[in-house]
Amino acid sequence: MNDTLEKDQTKIQEPKEKKAKVKKVLVICSKGKIEDVYAALVMANGALMEGIEAKMFFTFFGLEAITKRHADHLHTATVGNPAFMPGMPTMVAGLPGFEAFASYMMKKEMDKLDMPHVSEFLQMIDAGGGEIYACKLAADMFHLKKEDFVPEVKGIITVGDMYALADGEGTQIIFI
Amino acid sequence: METLEFNNKTIAINEEGYLKDPSQWSTELAHQLAKDVNINLTDKHFQVLNWLRAKQAEGVALSIRKVGNSGIVDIKEFYQLFPGGPLKISSKIAGIPKPVSCI
Repeated sequence: MNDTLEKDQTKIQEPKEKKAKVKKVLVICSKGKIEDVYAALVMANGALMEGIEAKMFFTFFGLEAITKRHADHLHTATVGNPAFMPGMPTMVAGLPGFEAFASYMMKKEMDKLDMPHVSEFLQMIDAGGGEIYACKLAADMFHLKKEDFVPEVKGIITVGDMYALADGEGTQIIFI
Repeated sequence: METLEFNNKTIAINEEGYLKDPSQWSTELAHQLAKDVNINLTDKHFQVLNWLRAKQAEGVALSIRKVGNSGIVDIKEFYQLFPGGPLKISSKIAGIPKPVSCI
């Protein structure tokens, strides 16, 4: 009895799992807050740095990050963001100019870390072979056209096209 | 400790294949390390490698962006010269430690 039990246990341990490598990431960015956009950019760029293929799909407020007008002028949210300066009364955080000031301070800290601005980050991802797309439905909704986006945006595509970007084994989809 | 035999010399490397002591590096060794990842080193490659070694010796935290601003290559060329993870691969061939940059 003990014998079979031991055998069974070895059997369970035997098949050594082959490490399946991530070969491609599709990073979907649906938010336009500076920290969410940077999370998406860092992950896509980080993938390229590791030799992993990377595609990016921007939708809804995430589209702000790839427009010529707003890419480098994103803000963080000071209201409705409990992790931002805990104890800060919502009424104060909502005062005019407060959000702009907080965003300015955040960008200053990012500069210290040598983090590129959003437009430059998009150029880096493009240069590294990453592909950047805008969501057609959201672009239609916000009345945005190809010429409103930074030149690195390869196209305005449907959700079906987006899934086609994720084709292939070893692809991970990251939603932000 | 892992080692690498090259030209009758023993070269100390870590478990990921990065040289432990950058001073053990030579151009011949670079050619050998590049061959392992199917890269044929050109003058342009060496310009990048030497720049990386110089900056590393100065204590600069290396990043792809900094290489792009080096004046030697832009980021696109850097990816072309060292395909599949340019900063890691070039650092390995340059005989310097694995970069720790996230950007």
